[in-house]
Amino acid sequence: MKELNFAFKRTIPILLGYITLGIAFGILLQQAGFGWPWALLISTIVYAGSMQFVMVTFLGGGISLLSVILMTLSVNSRHMFYGISFIERFKTLGKARPYMIFSLTDETYSLFCGTTFPSGLNEKKTMVLMSAMNQCYWIIGSVTGNLIGNIIPFDTTGIDFAMTALFVVIFTEQWLAADSHIPTYIGLFSGVICLIIFGPGSFVLPSLILAVALLSGWTVKTEKADEKEPREKEANEECQE
Amino acid sequence: MSGVTHTLVIVLLVALFTFFTRLFPFVVFGRKGEPSHMVRRLGDLLPLSVIAILVIYCLKNTTFDALSGFAPQFIAIAVVAALHIWRRNNLLSILGGTACYMVLVQYVFV
Repeated sequence: MKELNFAFKRTIPILLGYITLGIAFGILLQQAGFGWPWALLISTIVYAGSMQFVMVTFLGGGISLLSVILMTLSVNSRHMFYGISFIERFKTLGKARPYMIFSLTDETYSLFCGTTFPSGLNEKKTMVLMSAMNQCYWIIGSVTGNLIGNIIPFDTTGIDFAMTALFVVIFTEQWLAADSHIPTYIGLFSGVICLIIFGPGSFVLPSLILAVALLSGWTVKTEKADEKEPREKEANEECQE
Repeated sequence: MSGVTHTLVIVLLVALFTFFTRLFPFVVFGRKGEPSHMVRRLGDLLPLSVIAILVIYCLKNTTFDALSGFAPQFIAIAVVAALHIWRRNNLLSILGGTACYMVLVQYVFV
């Protein structure tokens, strides 16, 4: 089947990434005291890379359910905007549509954005295959990592840094592509200020609220400047220094 | 709540609200048609701020009392960023940085 062939070739980079990160997640979960059925369950019904790393820290207990919800909404808030690009394209998917929305991870999203489908191919079928294959890689990785976690012949202390590394990669990628670094500075500023004020246990939500407020203010300001074009450039240059 | 039930509730909540965030634009903007210009712009820019906050989240337990409290993560982050600027290969940057961090915490800053 040529759709299967095309989908597999296109998803190879994700295969490598998901198997590796999935293994890291599986090991972390195993270190936290949860066996492979948990890895299988979480990777099947949650299926969100960074969120799954964050949630391992919840499973040990001590966090309120409300914080779990708010943390999930904040960590995944970027997803609220991914779908905007696919509202039209997903309309024709029929029965597969709910699954396609559910499985729209960062990687699947970027894969769809960067793929042009050859005309001989059934585009819908190919997209569904790509999504499903990606999730399979993720599940296989997490279950494998969980199973081999306790027989790995070397010390895995520090493997949780994979999550930090993942975010730093996205950060760098965005930094290199962004027209303006102000939104990044707003995020860093909000994060650090709220960490100092609220402490490590409860600073994420205030940071996000502060960031949204500052970002809205800044967006409104630059929108206005956009109307008076010559001044906008000046303002931007000032900000970047 | 027993241990297993509590864990199960957390997993289900995370699953439900993760799906909610993915479904959100399809429900909110799918009916009304195009989102407003302002929402779109915020949608483009917010991920930049959120990722920066998540990087801070990963560093939340950093301490500055001793070198071992901050040096490993800061060095490893620099390695990830440098590898990424050099090759733009996600997997290489993540694996290289994580390996570097593991060596630092296990052998260098013990």
